[in-house]
Amino acid sequence: MAERSFAREVEDLKLGAGDVFRGEGILAITKALLQSGVAYVAGYQGSPISHLMDVLADAKDVLSELGVHFETSASEATAAATLSASVMYPLRGAVTWKSTAGTNVAADALSNLASGGVTGGAMIIIGEDYGEGSSIMQERTHAYALKSQIWLLDPRPNLPTLVRMVEQGFELSEASNTPVMLEVRIRTCHVHGQFVCKDNRRPEFTLRAALENPVRDVNRIVLPPASFLHEKEKIEKRMPAAIEFVKSRKLNELMGPAEGDVGVVTLGGLYNTTLRALEYLGLADAYGATRVPLYVLNIAYPLIEDELVAFCRDKRAVLIVEEGAPDYIERDLHAILRRRDIATRISGKDVLPMGGEYTSQVMIKGVQAFLSRHARDLLGNGPPAPDPSSVLSDPRVKALAAVVPARPPGFCIGCPERPIFAAMKLVEDELGLHHISADIGCHLFSILPPFNIGATTMGYGLGPASASAFNVPSGKRSISILGDGGFWHNGLASSIGNAVFNKHDGVTLIVDNYYSAATGGQDIPSSRALNPRRKTNNSIVEAVRGVGARWVRQIDRTYDVAGMRALLLEALTTKAEGPKIIVASSECMLNKQRRLRPAIAKAITAGERVVKEKFGVDPDICTGDHACIRLSGCPSLSVQHTDDPLRDDPIAAIDESCVGCGNCGEVAEAAALCPSFYRAETIHNPSVFDRWLHRLRAAVIDWLEMRRTRRRVRLAGADA
Amino acid sequence: MSEAGRISIAILAMGGQGGGVLADWIVLLAERQGWAAQSTSVPGVAQRTGATIYYIETAPLRGDLAPVLALMPTPGDVDCVIAAELMEAGRSVLRGLVTPDRTTLIASTHRSPAIVEKQAPGDGIGDPDVVVAATDFAARRVIAFDMERMAKSQGSVISAAMLGALAAADVLPFPREAFEATIRAGGTGGEPSLRAFAAAFAQAKAKPIEPPPGHPRKRFVAWPTASGHVELDRLGARIGQFPIEAQSMIAIGARKLADYLDAAYVGEYLDRLSALAERDRASGGVQRGFAFTVAAAKYLAGAMAYDDLPRVADLKLRSSRQARVRREVGASDDAIVTTTEYFHPRVDELCATLPKKLGLWIEARPRLIEWMRGIVDRGRRISPNTISGYLMLAFVAHWGLKRRGSLRHAREMAHIEAWLQSALAAFAVQYELGVAVLGCRRLIKGYSDTHARGVSKFDRVTSALPQLKARDDGAAWLDRLTRAALADEKGAALDGVLKTIATL
Repeated sequence: MAERSFAREVEDLKLGAGDVFRGEGILAITKALLQSGVAYVAGYQGSPISHLMDVLADAKDVLSELGVHFETSASEATAAATLSASVMYPLRGAVTWKSTAGTNVAADALSNLASGGVTGGAMIIIGEDYGEGSSIMQERTHAYALKSQIWLLDPRPNLPTLVRMVEQGFELSEASNTPVMLEVRIRTCHVHGQFVCKDNRRPEFTLRAALENPVRDVNRIVLPPASFLHEKEKIEKRMPAAIEFVKSRKLNELMGPAEGDVGVVTLGGLYNTTLRALEYLGLADAYGATRVPLYVLNIAYPLIEDELVAFCRDKRAVLIVEEGAPDYIERDLHAILRRRDIATRISGKDVLPMGGEYTSQVMIKGVQAFLSRHARDLLGNGPPAPDPSSVLSDPRVKALAAVVPARPPGFCIGCPERPIFAAMKLVEDELGLHHISADIGCHLFSILPPFNIGATTMGYGLGPASASAFNVPSGKRSISILGDGGFWHNGLASSIGNAVFNKHDGVTLIVDNYYSAATGGQDIPSSRALNPRRKTNNSIVEAVRGVGARWVRQIDRTYDVAGMRALLLEALTTKAEGPKIIVASSECMLNKQRRLRPAIAKAITAGERVVKEKFGVDPDICTGDHACIRLSGCPSLSVQHTDDPLRDDPIAAIDESCVGCGNCGEVAEAAALCPSFYRAETIHNPSVFDRWLHRLRAAVIDWLEMRRTRRRVRLAGADA
Repeated sequence: MSEAGRISIAILAMGGQGGGVLADWIVLLAERQGWAAQSTSVPGVAQRTGATIYYIETAPLRGDLAPVLALMPTPGDVDCVIAAELMEAGRSVLRGLVTPDRTTLIASTHRSPAIVEKQAPGDGIGDPDVVVAATDFAARRVIAFDMERMAKSQGSVISAAMLGALAAADVLPFPREAFEATIRAGGTGGEPSLRAFAAAFAQAKAKPIEPPPGHPRKRFVAWPTASGHVELDRLGARIGQFPIEAQSMIAIGARKLADYLDAAYVGEYLDRLSALAERDRASGGVQRGFAFTVAAAKYLAGAMAYDDLPRVADLKLRSSRQARVRREVGASDDAIVTTTEYFHPRVDELCATLPKKLGLWIEARPRLIEWMRGIVDRGRRISPNTISGYLMLAFVAHWGLKRRGSLRHAREMAHIEAWLQSALAAFAVQYELGVAVLGCRRLIKGYSDTHARGVSKFDRVTSALPQLKARDDGAAWLDRLTRAALADEKGAALDGVLKTIATL
């Protein structure tokens, strides 16, 4: 982490037995890893698990004291492969990523890992990016757990349970020689709560000991005939061991009365919402006491058939609360009961939606429908459930829909990617629309207003790869976009190497902002900052040349809109063969400002000469067409109604948050927009020479201006 | 509050507004009072500029028993919504989070327009009154004022002001001192945060509701009386002869043109207007508040003061502008402020500023134009604070004094003539239609491509006139066309309305 410090959070990792940890769910999990005696942690950053990586990256002293190895993996595949350290050796290790996007990338290594099995506890912290606030495709990680036979932990979303599940998850992994996934949803990662700490533990076996005493067991390698052995072992040994462990430790929880006509089986992660729905229906209180029996699956896979059968056998009907498609658990339960000829009705996706997040509103409806079908007597005691529909159907509220604007995320103030897409829009004005393959990263905001650029995204680092088919003679070339994060993750081989090898004729634009910016500004191989623990400053240009690209251009100041446009035009029209690669580099402004702003403030206070730039709009020159905004979308460039009676439309205005990146002026210049933009340069603590020069110029100019004005009509109050 | 004594609070904020800081404060506050508290959020990629909801629940402990708290707000069961911007308050109502039986709505009334509002070529800003009507209806209680401005005036950020309003709202059963102690314990912000907290607390107690800051009032400055300048006084007397309803607009228009060129140009303006005012009077203008004359005064002034480079150069040089820029950047007295101006003059514009015959001669020679493009057509950055920059701009500004003979001037005047004729023709059919044709001139604004696009939209809008003249509601349709033309850049909405008119 280059520009943001997690020093305060690192302090929380040092808490000892009896201390109370207060903070976010994902940080509680991080602390729990250290309490579990992990020997190594790795992962790939991404919402919602970025903070695990960020804090450990800043926690060198804690980690080295404990003897824990930490690394930022090149991709989720790397992270998953890292767990192979636990195959032969009794080493506990954990890796993390955002899922299902990351799990897709990791799948190859996961299959191999799960086949051979592990000796030391191997845990994957899965940031399940599903539902509101998600930035990826809506899928369940559950499928991976099932197909590779990796145990899936889905704990109740409170800190003590999360921590307990991390600790017991390692034991489960070791008891069953199987890797485990700890699935945490977005809100759970960000939930604030407390738990009572234990002391951190040094790993019992060390990486160094493993290296110095290597072990080799050919039966753990995924090659026939061992692979057939693994399959048998999975079914006959590891699965029963896991079931026995989960049963004996009571990892799944029974709540409420021992008996009842109906019951609810819920995944741990959905417990709070389930309970709240019961509370609204008058069947539970705010402290967890429920009148409906609950079976809470903190372990989503494997299912413990005995426990399920015992829970369901004497009930008329049972509701399964399982978010997202398909309904794996519901189907399994049907099979389990059918095999035993148990007639209990199973309800689930018939009363709850197949897709979408299970919000409390959705849950109230579902539970209500379930009870009215199977236990009508339970309904009707409670107060009416919250229902805003009478408010929402009022015409005054309905009128809001036409007025409240959508507020999609966009480029930050001063973002260096903005001028790239402004230039691209200008190029499209000239050469017409093109097929543009987008990629994953901040640059994907280009698909939203005001740029509306980009047709598809096929995965991280796969922008140019997804333009592969468009390699035929044509009047227009394809354009593809790749971020620096995606480039190092997967892009160098899958996109660039592929395009070079297949002599792809398209244009590839690599957006280099010195960080993995969208995930929080982590360092990557081409970061320009010096990082004592990582080898940075590896050139993207050299890397693409290294895989054989020949037409490579770099622009080292993306704010040069005219230059950017010229380069794009050249790339789109040159006769050169093979991929045309443009590397557009400028530092992520969010991170740059984190570093510069305090430094500048300090310098000004210390009396040093500092020149600060900021843009402005002359209100009497701006005509209120907002063409500049359609080529910018900068949050600091806004509109303002004017007091001029001759004007109807609001004019552009730049507020004090402007960082003076230059985009406004460059765009106005390149697109020949109106000349109302100006850059104001403020010299703080000017030098003696500055003052002398300024006074000289001002004297001459004032005299000239006086002469000029005298010859013209000026009415008092006209200039205000 | 729920029966269990649980209190739920939803914060709607945009990325970078400190919604997370506010949520942390509330959680810390509750925990310090011995309550259980939980907050969560789904920031995702919205950490940049998107809208985000933070959700907090807090409840007293029951012995050793901790409450089970939800991770998301339930519509209809929220005690307090804190919206960090006016439209976010509207969004909270739309999502059902604000209900009359439960919810105290704390909202900052300032606006931070979304990109879809800003990018319209006209006025795309959402109507704040719709939000006020909805929040007044939906909330049990409203505390609404400009917390952004208040926080800034105290050198702090909006989250501190919102915490002050929350303390004053008595949603949480904790004393004011506990809130302030929380800010101190939080460590960030310190004194400025406490000042913003106190100011918002006081305002929320004394005057909890202020209407959203409206548009600035239009500033009508009268023509100077008895200036001592013979010609100006003569013009003042002429303005005085117009219908009283139109005089203030005419004075503003006259001021603009005097500033744009010279007193004689104001005379030309008044000549044109008096002919129009006569027709207005003859067509029953008295009953209609001389709307035709007022519209003519407004749009004719804008049309005659067409945007060109000499005008820009003139405005950039003024000493009053230098002072305004200093104010805007907040420069201290000893700081030196200079500006750099971004120009991109093109051959077309250069040609237009030349004497009419010369301009036409060049325009007829494409190869010459191509050659000139290579020399002229590029971005130029000029600082009016350097002597050479000043002289260059002063030269261009001076050139403007001779614009009457230019090609551009001839074209603008011809366009104005045609426009006024068409307005008069429409006016003869129906009073309101004439006014609406004058209003179409609003579409023409800006420089180079923007100007060309405006003219083309003007032409497309007025192309419907023959059909509209035959209809009683023609004026309403023409207004609708004009508004549609300002809704998007390419004129997709305009095409839609034109198609509708064709089927009428």
